[in-house]
Amino acid sequence: MAWAGLLAASAACYLLKLAGVSLPQRWLQNPRLQQTVPLIPVALLAALVATQTFSSGHHLVLDVRAAALGVALIAVLLRAPFLVVVVAAAATAALLRLL
Amino acid sequence: MIRDALGIGIASGAYALSFGAIATTAGLSLIQTVSLSVLMFTGASQFALVGVLGAGGSVWAGAATATLLGSRNALYGLRLSGLLNVRGMRRFAAAHFVIDETTAMAIAREDEHEARFAFWATGVAIFTLWNLGTLIGALATHALSNPKVLGLDAAPPAAFLALLAPRLRSREPIAIAVAAGVVALVVLPFVPTGIPLLIVAALVALLGLRPVKK
Repeated sequence: MAWAGLLAASAACYLLKLAGVSLPQRWLQNPRLQQTVPLIPVALLAALVATQTFSSGHHLVLDVRAAALGVALIAVLLRAPFLVVVVAAAATAALLRLL
Repeated sequence: MIRDALGIGIASGAYALSFGAIATTAGLSLIQTVSLSVLMFTGASQFALVGVLGAGGSVWAGAATATLLGSRNALYGLRLSGLLNVRGMRRFAAAHFVIDETTAMAIAREDEHEARFAFWATGVAIFTLWNLGTLIGALATHALSNPKVLGLDAAPPAAFLALLAPRLRSREPIAIAVAAGVVALVVLPFVPTGIPLLIVAALVALLGLRPVKK
């Protein structure tokens, strides 16, 4: 079951890329598409940040992950490289759990 | 230019380490994790898929989110198609490399020949190091007895935040990001895991019905 989902999503992502380089330009130059598609990653990534920080199953929770996100935010504002942001957040959660 | 491509490749490889670790923590096998990096090869979608799985969502909710995140690559492809001018079999190879980084590197060049070179050099460098990084991250995490001790459950939100930050350069995306986060949390207790993301995506699609900005 997991494999089917992984392969289907991989195929879908590839087809989107292929569509971009293959379809007639005017199909994708629709102004509505141009103005809306870039907002999809913004909304989805923000929703992922929120749900993966403040929930556990179907419950809203406030735990060490919130502090970890705060540290990640500081790292992002300081323009730290991607891996530093992720490691700083993970280390914060690990350390707070040890306390 | 090769140095730029390598620099981006190395940065991607480092970021792939965290993808390998997060995917493994989410329960994917080594071969599944590596297959995603080879076949999907678009970072935000990969992180989203394993993020949804790790939170207990179904693989299909994760797959749908990954696909929606991949939609922007179609617009990148559109911008690149005139520049790359690829035909036949090469187009199928070029399509696989259409991601944030290769697009940014290619459209930054003034000269068409340089743009093409930047696209392929960045694509090959990232593809190689992205997959190598994924493999190392997954292998290292497999060797751990309990990844949660290392705080790896706090890693995905940080990864999503780092992917989100460069897209928040004006008021509209910031407002949309805040609204999306709030809506996702409000509906979360009432729907299956992963579905809040799809609700948010549907609301964004409704924004597409707005009058077109000049």
